[in-house]
Amino acid sequence: MLADHDRIFTNIYGLEDISLEGAMSRGLWDGTKKILELGPERICDEMKKSGLRGRGGAGFATGLKWTFMPKEVKDRPHYLVVNADESEPGTCKDRDIMRNDPHHLIEGCLIASFAMRAHTCYIYIRGEFIRERQRLQAAIDECYAAKLIGKSNIHGWDFELFVHHGAGAYVCGEETALLESFEGKKGQPRMKPPFPANMGIYGCPTTVNNVESIAVVPTIMRRGAEWFAGIGRPNNTGTKLFCISGHVNKPCTVEEGLGITMRELIERYAGGVRGGWDNLLAVIPGGASCPMIPKSVCDGVIMDFDALKAVNSSLGTAAVIVMDKSTDLLRVISRLAYFYKHESCGQCTPCREGTGWMWRVMKRLETGDARVEEIDQLMEVTKQIEGHVICGLGDAAGWPIQGLIRHFRPELERRIAERQKMAAE
Amino acid sequence: MSLRRLAPPEMQPPGFEFTLENMGRIEKEIAKYPPGRQASAVISLLWIGQEQQGWVTHPMIECVGRRLDMAYIRVLEVATFYTMFNLAPVGKFHLQVCTTPPCMLRGSDDVVAVCQNRIARGQHVVTKDGMLSWTEVECLGACVNAPMMQVGNDFYEDLDAASTAKLIEAFGRGETPRPGSQIGRFSSEPSGGLNSLTDRSIYAAKASGTS
Repeated sequence: MLADHDRIFTNIYGLEDISLEGAMSRGLWDGTKKILELGPERICDEMKKSGLRGRGGAGFATGLKWTFMPKEVKDRPHYLVVNADESEPGTCKDRDIMRNDPHHLIEGCLIASFAMRAHTCYIYIRGEFIRERQRLQAAIDECYAAKLIGKSNIHGWDFELFVHHGAGAYVCGEETALLESFEGKKGQPRMKPPFPANMGIYGCPTTVNNVESIAVVPTIMRRGAEWFAGIGRPNNTGTKLFCISGHVNKPCTVEEGLGITMRELIERYAGGVRGGWDNLLAVIPGGASCPMIPKSVCDGVIMDFDALKAVNSSLGTAAVIVMDKSTDLLRVISRLAYFYKHESCGQCTPCREGTGWMWRVMKRLETGDARVEEIDQLMEVTKQIEGHVICGLGDAAGWPIQGLIRHFRPELERRIAERQKMAAE
Repeated sequence: MSLRRLAPPEMQPPGFEFTLENMGRIEKEIAKYPPGRQASAVISLLWIGQEQQGWVTHPMIECVGRRLDMAYIRVLEVATFYTMFNLAPVGKFHLQVCTTPPCMLRGSDDVVAVCQNRIARGQHVVTKDGMLSWTEVECLGACVNAPMMQVGNDFYEDLDAASTAKLIEAFGRGETPRPGSQIGRFSSEPSGGLNSLTDRSIYAAKASGTS
């Protein structure tokens, strides 16, 4: 179990003073100038040494991503864009950072922008988070007033930080869709290359990072990469905010070290599965797009990138959706299929048409109004979409269905048989 | 994808102008972006327009286009792409109920049923007095406080049938009940007492680390 003094987000529930003064009393904005004096290379090196992997779902090494930016600023300014378009079902961690502990994020934006030689940073927050946006803006205003950021601030690196908001489109959490949306267009993903580090917003070098990835930076820089790297297993280091939702006794958000067992996470922090661990049916371990894993796998699995990958799922955003034995898994997955159909941007044909097709088939499977062959057909369609679209949304739309078929095929077949029996009678 | 169209011409108002106060807000939004990149402010302008009018109208889209020097079709694309823009009038209190799995698992069906019984069977149907309407929405990102709904700027969390009915009554009277958890949680902490961050010594004025 992670000790309280090793938790980064000490005000994640907003029970302490959320003002700048309160944040400073918890150690934020302490010696930031000394951190910047290390220079961009040293900061990137530290981040690489810490082993921090992006907290937005894909788990790409954050320090490495920063080094993709050009080493010199030429005619085009550099930008940092923070992805706060949190909308993966199950995920609500960035919301808590922004409304309750925003100074981690703001200080992180300064350090990360400096490390990438950017003088301007935008935080792209989802449109629905209106109160969160107001809280975040208030915290930014405090920092401007205290000259922590802005022109000729006390840290000696001119730095402007703006909040930009969306208006309800899950796909804008995909980095290139976010860039398009930022420029005032429909949020339809771009082809890569060119990669954002070369051509991002306004054709300028841009890095897009998740809120949590940026918000942990100040603490890593203060406590050292070794401290962060010492938590969890190699390649899966550090602490992580877990959002535990669904059929647990006490749903909550909590920060724990990567590598905690799923069972301990659920039982220690979320009051256990409703009706006890043996009442568990399946868990979606990392947000909607991660394939579900049945109880037999949940029993022993630990919560980190590689362990969940090894069981054909993914850590994603660490949003743990727990489902007990009363759950109609087919309904859950068909609702998710509807979600992806609703959120497909419509640009690539396989995803635009495929998500609707998969939803309609799932809807029929839910009531057993289908043929057994259609299960295989559905599986094949998920594979046909995967890899044949510009962004990950099409891939992600298929994964929950693949997880369902992989682990609960007998249930799908049972429903079809039951319905056929009823029709025959 | 979801297919969205503007309201029919007979429903569209004759014109739209931002209020003086909103003109000030708009200039602040545009100033966030480099010169010539004012199109980046299109979402916030439409949002300010929706706050003012209640929904996004054809004349509003033209007005935003003029201010940002964008073609009408470019603004129309944005207005129809992003689902937070209401393309037809909604109730003064528009209840947006999340029904995505984390909410569904914890009883969003009950919340929807109460909305159907107390507001209207169908989504986006405004009550006669113009006060209420409701709709299902996709994940709003408050999953550990499920089920939940958004009304105006606020999230109402940890709902059940009874608390939803009470909220609807209050909205119907024109009140804005206290947002957040309806079962007394402060935010996303576990109910019934903390099980992390209980060591008070971490809050005792931190000794400076690096300086």
